[in-house]
Amino acid sequence: MWMSILIAVGALVLLAMVFGALLGYASERFRVEGNPLVDQIDALLPQTQCGQCGFPGCRPYAQSIVDGDAINKCPPGGESTIQALADLLDVEPQPLDAEHGEEHPRRVAVIREDECIGCTKCIQACPVDAILGAARHMHTVIESECTGCDLCVDPCPVDCIDMVELATDIHSWRWDRPDASPMTGQVIASDRSTEARA
Amino acid sequence: MRTLYDFPGGIHPPENKRQSSETPIRIANLPERLIIPLQQHIGAPARTRVSEGDRVLKGDVLGDTEGAFSVPVHAPTSGHIERIGPHAVPHPSGLDDWCVTLIPDGKDHWGACHPLPESDQQDPDRLLAHIHKAGIAGLGGAGFPTGIKLRPPETDSIRTVILNAAECEPYITADDRLIRDRAAEVVSGLQIVRRILNPEQCLIGIEDNKPDAIQALESAVDGTGIEVVVIPTRYPSGGEKQLIQVLTGEEVPHGGIPADIGVLCQNVGTAAAIHRAVYHGEPLIQRITTLTGDALCEPGNVETLIGTPIRHLLDSAGFDEARAGDVLMGGPMMGFSLPDLAMPVVKTTNCLLAGSPEELPPPPPPQPCIRCGYCADACPMELLPQQLFWFAQSGENDKAEQHNLFDCIECGACSWVCPSQIPLVQYYRSTKGEIREQREEQIRADRARERFEARQARLEREQAEKEAKRQARKEAAAKARQTPPASKAAPERSAAASETVAAPSEAPDIETLEKQLLKAQAKRNNMRNMLDDARKRGADNVDKLEKAVAKNDDRVDAAQKALEKARSGLTETGGATE
Repeated sequence: MWMSILIAVGALVLLAMVFGALLGYASERFRVEGNPLVDQIDALLPQTQCGQCGFPGCRPYAQSIVDGDAINKCPPGGESTIQALADLLDVEPQPLDAEHGEEHPRRVAVIREDECIGCTKCIQACPVDAILGAARHMHTVIESECTGCDLCVDPCPVDCIDMVELATDIHSWRWDRPDASPMTGQVIASDRSTEARA
Repeated sequence: MRTLYDFPGGIHPPENKRQSSETPIRIANLPERLIIPLQQHIGAPARTRVSEGDRVLKGDVLGDTEGAFSVPVHAPTSGHIERIGPHAVPHPSGLDDWCVTLIPDGKDHWGACHPLPESDQQDPDRLLAHIHKAGIAGLGGAGFPTGIKLRPPETDSIRTVILNAAECEPYITADDRLIRDRAAEVVSGLQIVRRILNPEQCLIGIEDNKPDAIQALESAVDGTGIEVVVIPTRYPSGGEKQLIQVLTGEEVPHGGIPADIGVLCQNVGTAAAIHRAVYHGEPLIQRITTLTGDALCEPGNVETLIGTPIRHLLDSAGFDEARAGDVLMGGPMMGFSLPDLAMPVVKTTNCLLAGSPEELPPPPPPQPCIRCGYCADACPMELLPQQLFWFAQSGENDKAEQHNLFDCIECGACSWVCPSQIPLVQYYRSTKGEIREQREEQIRADRARERFEARQARLEREQAEKEAKRQARKEAAAKARQTPPASKAAPERSAAASETVAAPSEAPDIETLEKQLLKAQAKRNNMRNMLDDARKRGADNVDKLEKAVAKNDDRVDAAQKALEKARSGLTETGGATE
């Protein structure tokens, strides 16, 4: 009787040790560096690095969301980003917090080049190194790399940077969604007479 | 007799082909100006090789390839370049794109015209390069660069070459007429393709509603080993994937291309263009376009120069603007309406349909979906159009993508059968556009993140370097402060006779000061040399260098003073003890 209890306990202890060792090894071997949720949130943020959310870049905001911050502080991402974050975190989407700014169509910074004095202040301000130039030489924005974050506008001592909305050209054009309004509130043809009577 | 397979779905819209198919191809007359877009193909636009005011001859290169995925554009006739700039081009957006405007001189002089020498006509690489240089892009509608298409990823992987002569869309008869009038050219072009790819079999797929074209082809392929396969008429059998399915029974995999199953499809017009490029040295500067619709008095097919304004072509066919509704480029199923008739004919303009409002009535207002499922029966790609419609309408783009939205060939069969007249294809197109835009945004965001992180890393590294330098300086200073015992030793020794230890511990070591002075002097001389040099060259950094020299002068002075002070202090202390 005691013997069988001992065997059972022994077997369980042995199993626990084996699985414990296995789990311990696995947790070392497949350790995940950092919080993967931060990466996932960061991947949804628009990476303008504009700081309008109040954090110095998209990743710090992602970290802050993980720590419980609101998901509606990103104006460049706008409603679609809020929706995506809400889906990811399984929370209710909120409207964009107007305190942090409004959603704009995509913009890029453009330097009025003949007014530029070559002070390099905008170069230092650009979070994605999208401004090219050297001290006392004209600077210019690499349009394809500009995230439209606005951060170069304030530091410019001669105010020669404009934020320009990108016009749709033939390559960026896409078909419009058909106007759905005629369909709403309508009924199929065979029911129309009943609808009219009602 | 070959076994034919079947593709799912499909519809039988009224053909309306006889209006334009019964007259031979006419040659369109020369317009006042030709507007040649620099991008008439899928890929990167061509880069201009001419400037305003240049005289060009027929066949001269106007725009050359930019990058690997591009095709050149040639002058359709001789004349001079009036303007290079944005002009409305036939595109559903109605937006402008870069075009070369050419004023013909009416002489139509050919420039250098190089047919491929006979010795090179067997060499696939030479043939491919020649086809590419001739600016040939798929004439069926998509405009894929032919030189690239004919170069499949692996050699000898193409087992079947199919020439697409199905031309299933209503109204369009350009291919039908081309075959009837010039079957030999078409077959010769196909033989060139066969020489390049060396496939096991070469087929021509043609719908059974073109008996004359079938006859013309059959006599032209006699003895070539090419097989003409007559397929039943059903829209969209001329879709690349559908034709492949009908002829081989195989399906192009999701997200793949026909070459993945060893098939390559070419359009009839493209084959004729290849023939002309190889044997006559003519680049792609003209094409056959169907002019049809009730608003034209003389519908038919014309051979027109690329760049001819559409209004000019329509006028030549007796365009009655009062009777016309929308003018479509392409057929009634897949075409789009042109907002502006000043737009030019491009390489992909297979049909211009100027219908009367009765012929092409404006779409009736859409009704709610009643889930009848006709669209799913009609879909040749076996998609679920109704389901895709719901997803598209509610903006659930990822679900639409999961339901294989990108397999949709936008043939319009679902919209055509829809009893509620829902513009289904428009929904799919807009959703596809949105998804593509999202993907681009994602790519942009990833790149911005990379750049941001790289910058962050760089700033940190710089900070660390600065910190390290400061640390090193601090350590050096601390060492210097600790060395006085050694430096004290020197005055001790020198003043050993007087047995004094009066030298202050802070007193800088003369040796170090001398070294500093020498270093400062060397730096100053160096700077002066640079300044002289800059002055001689008249460089723009002279004033900056002047400042630097002045700074170094100060430094030398300071070092000298410090040294003198130290020496005098030493002598003073020495004197005092004496």
